[in-house]
Amino acid sequence: MSLTAKDKNTVKTFWGKISGKAEDIGCDALSRMLVVYPQTKTYFSHWKDLSPGSAPVRKHGKTVMTGIGEAVGKIDDLVGGLITLSELHAFQLRVDPANFKILSHNILVVLAGMFPNDFTPEVHVSMDKFLSALALALSEKYR
Amino acid sequence: MVEWTDQERTLIANIFANLDYEDIGSKALARCLIVYPWTQRYFGGFGNLYNADAIMNNPMISAHGVKILHGLDRAVKNMDDIKNAYATLSELHSEKLHVDPDNFRLLSDCLSIVIASKMGYDFTPDLQAAWQKFLTVVVFALGRQYH
Repeated sequence: MSLTAKDKNTVKTFWGKISGKAEDIGCDALSRMLVVYPQTKTYFSHWKDLSPGSAPVRKHGKTVMTGIGEAVGKIDDLVGGLITLSELHAFQLRVDPANFKILSHNILVVLAGMFPNDFTPEVHVSMDKFLSALALALSEKYR
Repeated sequence: MVEWTDQERTLIANIFANLDYEDIGSKALARCLIVYPWTQRYFGGFGNLYNADAIMNNPMISAHGVKILHGLDRAVKNMDDIKNAYATLSELHSEKLHVDPDNFRLLSDCLSIVIASKMGYDFTPDLQAAWQKFLTVVVFALGRQYH
């Protein structure tokens, strides 16, 4: 299920529309993840406040979306382009890769809510494929 | 037995009280067939599924999406015994329709996304949590009679 040229174009075009709201998207997606999938809170026991929209959540949401933006720029070679991020997740953060799927789902839910007219089924499938490919690239160095 | 808080019961009842079955049902199934194209395997007799436009405008798919969405009604009416409420439907999906139960999860995800699309900011994290918990219980019940 690799990204076709059409998928890559769709992702880049859609990213162009939404990147202005990247911080809001990241904040909302992360907030939802922590509420809807409480087991994900285990990775953030060092934060003072895990409530939706809190300062650490907003800051981290921005970090995550910056990473995704970087991935859009490297869409032609996600594995090669994201080696450093993969090493970070594999050796330092050690996030169970199942959680990438969970966060991806919440990003898609937020995109649907914020951009109902642009997030058509065709954009949805390309974004889903992109986030899956991104998750795979992030897992590259795990073992 | 699944425990529901009062808040969860209220949130879910509200969703169904305001649910536009025609709109949401048809959109959710169409989206599922487009985003997860392998699900089209169950719809061989449903006419033109050639591309996204064809799927979104296919009246048989729309009608079936509405039918599926109404299938959730029995869960709302039997919140405290969803498992048994779906015993016969589970058998149907396993023995007659031969649907891989992973598809129930795929459709659930599309349903959540279509509802988020319609409700925007009103689809709060708490509402999403209650809704997804509800769907997870239904999905589990539907898969229970498979053997």
